[in-house]
Amino acid sequence: MSTVTLPKDGAFHLTEEPHHPEGASTLLGFYIYLMSDCLIFSVLFATYAVLGGAYAAGPGPKELFDLDLIAVNTAMLLFSSITYGFAMLAMQRHNSKQVIGWLLVTAVFGACFLAIELYEFHHLIHEGAGPQRSAFLSAFFLLVGTHGLHVTFGMLWLFTLVFQVRKFGLTAAMQRRLSCLSLFWHFLDVIWIGVFSFVYLVRMV
Amino acid sequence: MAHHAHTHAHDDHHGAEHDHGSLKSYITGFVLSVILTVIPFWLVMGEVLENRTATILLVALFAAIQVIVHVVYFLHVTPHAEEGWTLTSTIFTLVVVVIMIAGSVWVMYNMNANMMPNHEMGGNLGAVVPEGQGSGEPENPR
Repeated sequence: MSTVTLPKDGAFHLTEEPHHPEGASTLLGFYIYLMSDCLIFSVLFATYAVLGGAYAAGPGPKELFDLDLIAVNTAMLLFSSITYGFAMLAMQRHNSKQVIGWLLVTAVFGACFLAIELYEFHHLIHEGAGPQRSAFLSAFFLLVGTHGLHVTFGMLWLFTLVFQVRKFGLTAAMQRRLSCLSLFWHFLDVIWIGVFSFVYLVRMV
Repeated sequence: MAHHAHTHAHDDHHGAEHDHGSLKSYITGFVLSVILTVIPFWLVMGEVLENRTATILLVALFAAIQVIVHVVYFLHVTPHAEEGWTLTSTIFTLVVVVIMIAGSVWVMYNMNANMMPNHEMGGNLGAVVPEGQGSGEPENPR
């Protein structure tokens, strides 16, 4: 039929919602959330860039930062990224044992990262270089601390998924959740690139 | 009937585009990341370059490249993923981020340069400011 027939009530809206499988847009939605999270971090980076030189006669980056520690920390996060990638590949093969195994390896690297960061923070505060010392240190603790909090919540999420995979297996919903955490975890590594480059390295030159 | 067939085709298409990467792409991304991380650390920790500005620019350049590597190989953002919407939102976010950071730094640099006469610009403005006001603290605008 080539002629268009008008509906009886003359309305042009769709009479039924276009059908999408459940969760089809979850990943895109989660990705857009990550982009908004990226804006939070960019504000914190801008704050650090502006206040980074305001030492208030206190210690500066060269007295405080230990690049060896930051290098180890960076390695931990990078290793955790690739092991999460292996978990995703195991998920594609529908091997839930391997998924759990790689998730736990990822958790170990994540825990090492957090432990090193907490050690660094403890060390700085112990030396009297806490967040209240100068605007530079306030901005530093705010930015690096926010990233650390994200990693902490990522770890909580990761352990939740380990238990859920054990309980439910690799159902469609579980695959979706694992994919979301994959985005979150790799996103945190992207933010860390900015942190180690612009918070630490550039200020140590 | 035609409508039904269309949704089906759409579903299949949708399933195919949830690409979680392959072993090869993860390893490529990882190796590139290691290289792009080691070089800036080596530049700074080994004090390789005499020129400070060149070192800073190189660190920034390697960071930018590594962000792209992560986004492509780990976050799987390509023009095809999610019908291009992840790429669109990434580029949009990047534009906002650049405006926000560059704008903040630019504005605050000018504020510092123009409102604290005792620092870098002390040479010509210092004489106007009476002694005692130049504590180096930002002055109350009132």
